[in-house]
Amino acid sequence: MISATAATPRRRRAARPGKELTWRAKLRRDWPLVLMNLPMLLVVLAFWWIPALGNVIAFQDYNPYTDGILGSPVIGFTNFALLFEDPQFLRAMVNTLAITAFQLVFYFPVPIMLALLLNSVVSARLRAFVQGVVYMPYFFSWVLVVAIFQQMFGGAGLLSQLLRERGHEGVDWMTNSDTFILLLTSQTIWKDAGWGAIIFLAALSTISPSLYEAAAVDGAKRWRRMWHITLPGLRPVIILLLILRLGDALNVGFEQFMLQRSAVGSEASEVFDTFVYWSGLRTGDLGYGAAAGLFKGLVGLLLILAANRVAHAFGERGVYSKS
Amino acid sequence: MTLLATRRGRKPAGLAAWEEAPSPAGRVGKGTLLTLIVLAVLFPLYTIVLTSLSSAATVNRVGGLVLVPEGIHFDAYIQIFSDSVVSRAVLVSTLVTVGGTAISLGVSVLGAYSLSRPGSFAHRPLLFSVLLMFVFFPGIIPVYLMVSGLGLKDSYWSLILPTAVSAFNVVVLRAFFMNIPGEIMDSARIDGAGEFRILWRIVLPMSKAVTAVVGLFYAVGYWNAWFNAMLYIDDTRKWPLALILRQYVVDSNPLPTATLGVSGMGHDAPPTLAIKMAIVVIAVVPALVIYPFVQRHFTKGVIVGAIKG
Repeated sequence: MISATAATPRRRRAARPGKELTWRAKLRRDWPLVLMNLPMLLVVLAFWWIPALGNVIAFQDYNPYTDGILGSPVIGFTNFALLFEDPQFLRAMVNTLAITAFQLVFYFPVPIMLALLLNSVVSARLRAFVQGVVYMPYFFSWVLVVAIFQQMFGGAGLLSQLLRERGHEGVDWMTNSDTFILLLTSQTIWKDAGWGAIIFLAALSTISPSLYEAAAVDGAKRWRRMWHITLPGLRPVIILLLILRLGDALNVGFEQFMLQRSAVGSEASEVFDTFVYWSGLRTGDLGYGAAAGLFKGLVGLLLILAANRVAHAFGERGVYSKS
Repeated sequence: MTLLATRRGRKPAGLAAWEEAPSPAGRVGKGTLLTLIVLAVLFPLYTIVLTSLSSAATVNRVGGLVLVPEGIHFDAYIQIFSDSVVSRAVLVSTLVTVGGTAISLGVSVLGAYSLSRPGSFAHRPLLFSVLLMFVFFPGIIPVYLMVSGLGLKDSYWSLILPTAVSAFNVVVLRAFFMNIPGEIMDSARIDGAGEFRILWRIVLPMSKAVTAVVGLFYAVGYWNAWFNAMLYIDDTRKWPLALILRQYVVDSNPLPTATLGVSGMGHDAPPTLAIKMAIVVIAVVPALVIYPFVQRHFTKGVIVGAIKG
């Protein structure tokens, strides 16, 4: 945790004993390590590197049945040019960015507030109980979360049931495309906010109690202590996570949207990933779908690198640092 | 609420000497808020479990989810497990989860350990190849083509291999392994232990907590995985539970007739809502069972990862 809150100077590469060895000597010494790495290397090669290179089909009029990846005609950036004329792709882009922005405002602060609330609970047992409960939904699948929300807020759900018993109209929030962004944000809060609080709780626990004590002795009341000690103590983590979220702006989740697409329609629920799936695998234009996927991957890469730069500029470690 | 009503007037034990006792209003407000939060999570689960345990008559009379218990009936579960569709899906999910977790954990522990020694053979390129997974995703379509190119469609391997390595988990494990003092391993090496023995006898026993958490992450991932199954498994007999859940619970498609046929068209046949909720319960239960055992390790395991990841 300390590494996140305090800017640790990057570890200086100390004189490594292995440096002066030849690669042969190193291999003779380290072959068990290489052997251990092999299974992982194979998986990464097969399901990361080769598919990453397979993205060449984005530049082809790819036909898997007759021409294959080597024989399909190369058409350059045509697929990408077509993407930007495709209203559905533009909609996916707008939706993705709108959802990210919306969740930045309405989801992001929730784990922080939850952590502050939990931290203020005096009884350790009560706090452990509440923590145990709110972390739980993180381990449920999206299918399950959608099923549960459907049972609560769907047309035949509990809320409608209770409303009808009292002679009111039922509601169906699960198929309303206008309120979909609210629905999916509440689902995200229900599933992930508790888990998201962990990191803030850990940051809170590193704030020295003597700071609070000193402030209290100086007459600072509860809210002033929160404003002048707690929030500044949380600031580095908040900034770091905010930057990381921005770097991840194109990722808003995938299964959540796939699962509810048929219920709310594609207009409200189309995001980058669902567009790739539907345009590529459903309509069969694999090269076109791959182009959309590659576009998202590369823009995402740039965003992450930029976010990491910013994080380093703030004195944080960011997603990665050379180690 | 009763839990929160601490002894009036006296300071709660956990309060520091300098801290002012909470005001009654603040205490009530906080208590209400906490109660609401806990209820928001537990209430849906309560009514779902209750409905799955209710008789057909009760569910029909209520006309939906059951809020007040009226006796416990296992009809829905008996019906589910006497039918092959759901029980086979449970079997498939269990198989994939157990097998996948074992494979993932094995591959990741070995991989993380092999990357825990800077300066070893090809350390930087090998590390780089894993770290790249953080910042770039090759895309759904090329991965799909790879999986079908390997002939893994409709094979359980398609549910395991593409997600077998999570860069996040490898980095978490690696960070933990690197924190183990090198002197311990050096002394073992002097005593003639090889790398595999060091990993098995020294490093793993010292990293039980983080290994447990990473194992839980993998297991939950496999149990919950829906998209890969939808993509790669066309044969309905090989469907894992997540697909069943989607098909019959979320989309309310009729279950194959075998399910309805079990207890015939008798009046006591539980309505589909009870069956639906029973399927939901079956999907939740494994997570709930493992959860308490791993929960105490969360903070330790997660924080390292959250920072490094």
